[in-house]
Amino acid sequence: MTEASPIPMLRPNLEVGIVGYGAYVPRYRLPAREVSRVWKGGTGGTPIEEKAVPGLDEDVITMSIEAARSALARAGIDPSQIRAVWVGSESHPYAVKPTSTVVAEAIGATPHTQAADWEFACKAGTEAVQAAIGFVGSGMARYALSIGMDTAQGRPGDALEYTAGAGGAAVILGPAEESLAIFESSYSYSTDTPDFWRRANESYPEHGERFTGEPAYFEHISAAGSALLKSLGAEAQDFTYAVFHQPNAKFPERAARALGFTPEQTKPGLLVRRIGNTYAGSSMIGLAAVLDVASPGDRILLVSYGSGAGSDAFSLKVTEHITSRRDKAPTVEAYIARRTEIDYATYARYRGKLTLK
Amino acid sequence: MTPPSRNPTNADIVIAGLGMTPVGEHWNLSLRELALQAITAALEDAAGLRPNILYVANMLSPMLSGQTQLGALIADFSGMRGVEAVTVEAAGASGGAAMRQAELAIASGSADLALVVGVEKMTDRVSSDVESALSTASDVDYEAVQGATRTAQAALLMRRYLHEHEAPTDALAGFGLIAHANAVANPLAMFRKAISPEAYAKAPMLSEPVTIFDAAPNADGAAAVLLARRGVFPENPDRPTVGILGSAVATAAPALHDHDDPLTLTAAARAAETAFQRSGLSTEDVDFFELHDFFSVYAAMALEACGFASRGTGWKLAQDGKGSRDSELPILTFGGSKARGDAGGATGVYQIAEAALQLQGRAGEAQVAGARIGMTQCVGGSGGTCATHLLGVLEVD
Repeated sequence: MTEASPIPMLRPNLEVGIVGYGAYVPRYRLPAREVSRVWKGGTGGTPIEEKAVPGLDEDVITMSIEAARSALARAGIDPSQIRAVWVGSESHPYAVKPTSTVVAEAIGATPHTQAADWEFACKAGTEAVQAAIGFVGSGMARYALSIGMDTAQGRPGDALEYTAGAGGAAVILGPAEESLAIFESSYSYSTDTPDFWRRANESYPEHGERFTGEPAYFEHISAAGSALLKSLGAEAQDFTYAVFHQPNAKFPERAARALGFTPEQTKPGLLVRRIGNTYAGSSMIGLAAVLDVASPGDRILLVSYGSGAGSDAFSLKVTEHITSRRDKAPTVEAYIARRTEIDYATYARYRGKLTLK
Repeated sequence: MTPPSRNPTNADIVIAGLGMTPVGEHWNLSLRELALQAITAALEDAAGLRPNILYVANMLSPMLSGQTQLGALIADFSGMRGVEAVTVEAAGASGGAAMRQAELAIASGSADLALVVGVEKMTDRVSSDVESALSTASDVDYEAVQGATRTAQAALLMRRYLHEHEAPTDALAGFGLIAHANAVANPLAMFRKAISPEAYAKAPMLSEPVTIFDAAPNADGAAAVLLARRGVFPENPDRPTVGILGSAVATAAPALHDHDDPLTLTAAARAAETAFQRSGLSTEDVDFFELHDFFSVYAAMALEACGFASRGTGWKLAQDGKGSRDSELPILTFGGSKARGDAGGATGVYQIAEAALQLQGRAGEAQVAGARIGMTQCVGGSGGTCATHLLGVLEVD
């Protein structure tokens, strides 16, 4: 069925799929024109329409718990059956002390569980998915919960401030027969490419400007995506949907075009214009939005990107379980529609950008 | 200061070979690898001749790559370990200044074959680092420390130019339009796309009134030219022999505020006058002019300083079809710094390699028909150093 390929695809012993998924987007929205108004005198273009901003009482832990509860509602499983709670983020509230143990406790997955926080810039979430495929696919666990969630950082006045948003998604992986979408194959591609980073104890990331494009984002997305397609003997038109990491609107559109995908295939999962770049949550919430509208038999390509740098690529096939489970939790669109616009001053307060002492 | 009546290099020096890398963002190539590519191409073009001396033109390596002693580094990496080699630095005029040194080395009798490689690597660093490094070409104690960056100073000059000469706000647009139109024919150019007057009018502002279409992009690239003493080596029968007819380097105060008239490039005027005198040529003999358009206002001022236009009218030589490849005085025939890309200290070497291609009839789609004499000029800082060259097709003896 597949062509012989020298590139090693990742395939577990047992077939693995997604048994439940859930998303979260905080209520507040900062229009990009507000950033432009404050920093550029209202001149120049804006890379997106607006971004989602977390409230004063929200962080990656609370947001992950809500997404995980939705995933559990859709999976319909007993949380004590979960053997791993893994949270990928660039915004873990603690440097030392896991986000994942708080999440695991809150959803009732403790104590017979693995718990760990993942870090790989914007692909920390899909890295946790890749690991969960191994955990479930080896038979070590029946279920594993992987989350990509962020309250993204962007230095005030930096180009990233327009897009650094908040949100993400959780997926519970389990046996294929219980799944609403089954992993056909996956692949990871990583190199030492320093395009974007945040050092310990720094509040905001730094980046290499245009270096984040060609040799970083495009090289890794394209390498991972095309290798996976080739190993499957598949082409873009064999997929119903494609989701790419979305730091802005232009990058994923160009990456999709380069791999042969049409705007129709990417539109349902392309959320960046309305919620911003949710860093480790970005490609995963795109997948959640696609699952919200997918039909049994649909194929989905998911390719993440994390600076530093790497991409995880997944091919998924949607099963008939999607129809009965989809409505058991809020859709991504429902979260996006729940919208309260704020100005830059309110945003500065909510995000702790005013130093009070 | 009276220059010697006869240029010691006059037509005794010919171009034996040349090579250039594409100009752009070479994230996969180091400084030495870029230089090697240009050198390899130039030596191949010279049918295997090997230089006695190497001059490296570079401006920013100590600051942006943390590397000095490029002469030894590049000689070693290019398989010329042991050869006499030094770096020549004169900011944006480094390339033309290094060419001049190579000519003097041959004229002095100490070398028969002198290789010049201009190499610059800017895109490995974020733009604020690059702008900061570029501002070291000013009179730092009085300009850079005050935050007067190169772009900010160009903005002051451009505003003054438009005001004093009562020129329309889009008076300088022609230089960017010509550069981009010409770069379409240059396979090595960074931006091979023509722009429209409407696009110029809507371009994002860098430092008012300088927009992105008034400023050349900072780029990576390397160009190499092998010069030979005429008559010592067999000339390539398949192409016209191109010689250095005259050259000169002149300086002025590096600080803009030390110029009696900031809108006059005095070093450019001096270098052009001397080069013309040494070659016995005048502006009327020049078939095309590769000037240094690192900002559009400098292109206009260069045309005025070199005698092609009177003060305040240089911009008109890029209006109404003037300046294009089939006009009376074509400029920026391969796209200039604006569209070919500005590889800092390599610019002057790119200009001379491009002029040589024109004169040899090897410019391809960029060819200026019937070109016999070409002029190049590169500028350091805000006019502190200018290097001018006149090249021409030599008659067969």
